[in-house]
Amino acid sequence: MWDLHHIADLPGGSTQLFVGLHLIHEVTSPQAFSALKEKGLSVFCPERTVATVDHIVPTTNQERPFADPLAEEMLSTLERNCFEQGITLHGLHSGKQGIVHVIAPELGLTQPGMTIACGDSHTSTHGAFGAIAFGIGTSQVRDVLATQSLSMKKLKVRRIWVNGKLTEGVYAKDLILHVIKTLGVKAGVGYAYEFGGPGISALSMEERMTVCNMAIEGGARCGYINPDFETFSYLHGTTHSPKGEEWEKAKQWWSNLASEPDAIYDDEVVFDATNIAPTVTWGITPGQGISIEELIPTPDSMDPTDRQIALEAYKYMDLEPGTPIQGSSIDVCFIGSCTNGRLSDLHAAANVVKGRKVANGVKAFVVPGSEAVAKAAKEQGLDNVFRTAGFEWREPGCSMCLAMNPDKLEGRQISASSSNRNFKGRQGSASGRTLLMSPAMVAAAAITGRVTDVRDLITYNPENKRNTE
Amino acid sequence: METISVFPKGLVQTVQGSAIALRGDDIDTDRIIPARYLKCVTFEHLGGHVFADDRKELRDKHPFNNNKSLTYSILIVNGNFGCGSSREHAPQALMRWGIRAIIGESFAEIFYGNCLALGIPCVTSASETIKQIQETVELNPFQEWKLDLCKKNFKSKDDIYFWPINIEDSSREMLIEGNWDATAKLVANKGILKEKLKKLPYLNNFKSI
Ligand code: SF4
Repeated sequence: MWDLHHIADLPGGSTQLFVGLHLIHEVTSPQAFSALKEKGLSVFCPERTVATVDHIVPTTNQERPFADPLAEEMLSTLERNCFEQGITLHGLHSGKQGIVHVIAPELGLTQPGMTIACGDSHTSTHGAFGAIAFGIGTSQVRDVLATQSLSMKKLKVRRIWVNGKLTEGVYAKDLILHVIKTLGVKAGVGYAYEFGGPGISALSMEERMTVCNMAIEGGARCGYINPDFETFSYLHGTTHSPKGEEWEKAKQWWSNLASEPDAIYDDEVVFDATNIAPTVTWGITPGQGISIEELIPTPDSMDPTDRQIALEAYKYMDLEPGTPIQGSSIDVCFIGSCTNGRLSDLHAAANVVKGRKVANGVKAFVVPGSEAVAKAAKEQGLDNVFRTAGFEWREPGCSMCLAMNPDKLEGRQISASSSNRNFKGRQGSASGRTLLMSPAMVAAAAITGRVTDVRDLITYNPENKRNTE
Repeated sequence: METISVFPKGLVQTVQGSAIALRGDDIDTDRIIPARYLKCVTFEHLGGHVFADDRKELRDKHPFNNNKSLTYSILIVNGNFGCGSSREHAPQALMRWGIRAIIGESFAEIFYGNCLALGIPCVTSASETIKQIQETVELNPFQEWKLDLCKKNFKSKDDIYFWPINIEDSSREMLIEGNWDATAKLVANKGILKEKLKKLPYLNNFKSI
């Protein structure tokens, strides 16, 4: 696949790599467009770049102009740039707007065998389709706009093999949080993470996207999963997927892309999905996670290299080492983001919420990942399930995943969040605290007001079985 | 003083100036430049907001607040510096604050690449050496330093202190030969690119199968 996109060798051992799909949004593109103009260049393949707006959009009132003049300026700059350069923009109320990593797969823009780049680190998400997908910086956005290619070094590949299947109440989010807490947040530097094995094949495409989405939190620039029948049935009939005879040929090509069973990897690790319990983070990096049954680790139980950041984490989070995470009280519950803002995520959470009420004093809200997710959820009555329980139902966007819009933690508030980063200050308050967990676990926290094992709230119901999307 | 307005250009072989130590592993790009400052359509004003939240919280205890020199060109960090979001705002903010080179134990990949694309070398050394450098830099705030990419070392101007450093061969070559700005090279290959476009199955209705 790499060779197919190889254009030339560059000084310094890098490759000039053709980019099959370039995704842009309002935050990392304006400076790239300006730089392009400065160099007197125009966009080389405007039809291979697709834009949307997600990071700064308000999720309550989306009337233009936005109340925040800076947000308004960013969106109008994107609109102007796309218009001038002939780039398709899936804007607000187009029916196709949403978080960039949610809409591209939904529209069938993401396909196996492609190279995909976007000025956003969670571009690793698209690797779930058997694409080489990675985040890039603004100067590379400029390069892709100018030449539809960029300078890139070949990555090493670590195969993460997952045996067994996830048990009831345990989700793809738990799986990836478990992998990251085991391998650490630096282990992936220089690597692509290829996920495989029965535990991965059993996952739906939406779950696979959750896994690849967070590969970057383990330090790996790309996540990757071989395309299979599940991949093809997800793509079949989407707006941009091939049709008719072409579909058959495409499937044939895609099937041949899968890595050989006896391929040699730079490194291999094995996990067993059966042993994984709901997992939550207690600290300030996505690697500081524990299973819901465990106690917050004590410094002497850790590798010395992890100790310093752990000490910082206890202090910032105000959590005691050696105590359970279960039962910690929660102020805000956020369901959304490119990790867990898809329809199956909302289903999993709605299952927990149904017939229950949000605990007193807890602010809980749902931000669908895209207009399409919101529409489907409404058609299935999920918005009402959430509203009746006391959740707020919002318009699509990134929202409190990084809090560039008005959705923010206040002061020392602590959130249960289905997003991907628990860094200090990530959710909009310099002292705000974040516990990462699956959407079902966030829903459970909303109901009890505390960190709760969601398995205590769901009764086994084959009809409600983990997403069948 | 003049370093602050002149961004890296052409050959990057040495970086000279004051050095500043910033301790801690896993310092992410959200901390380098908090997300609220990403609301901008130019990078121009980012320099003043570098480490905004940490600086507010730690006041004089944050090295970036405790200015002994007017500008610092060389930043000494620990492990996995620049992890998290791919925002180029992070190296841009550091560059606009004055930083022209970073020495550390290890760097997150996208951050490393973003720095390289700006002509800012990220060089490494062993954990113990880095700690030594940090201590020495802190104890000698008025010392002038020189990072030499050709000779692969970092030393004080008065030659009292000296440490070898590592840098990836390819990055080193690009910096010292002035090839770190990739755009020009990429543009030159547009011809080959067009040829390639005709062969990629997904751009040609999967015809070539
Ligand atoms: S949802 Fe969060 S992680 Fe995903 S693209 Fe938006 S801000 Fe980035």
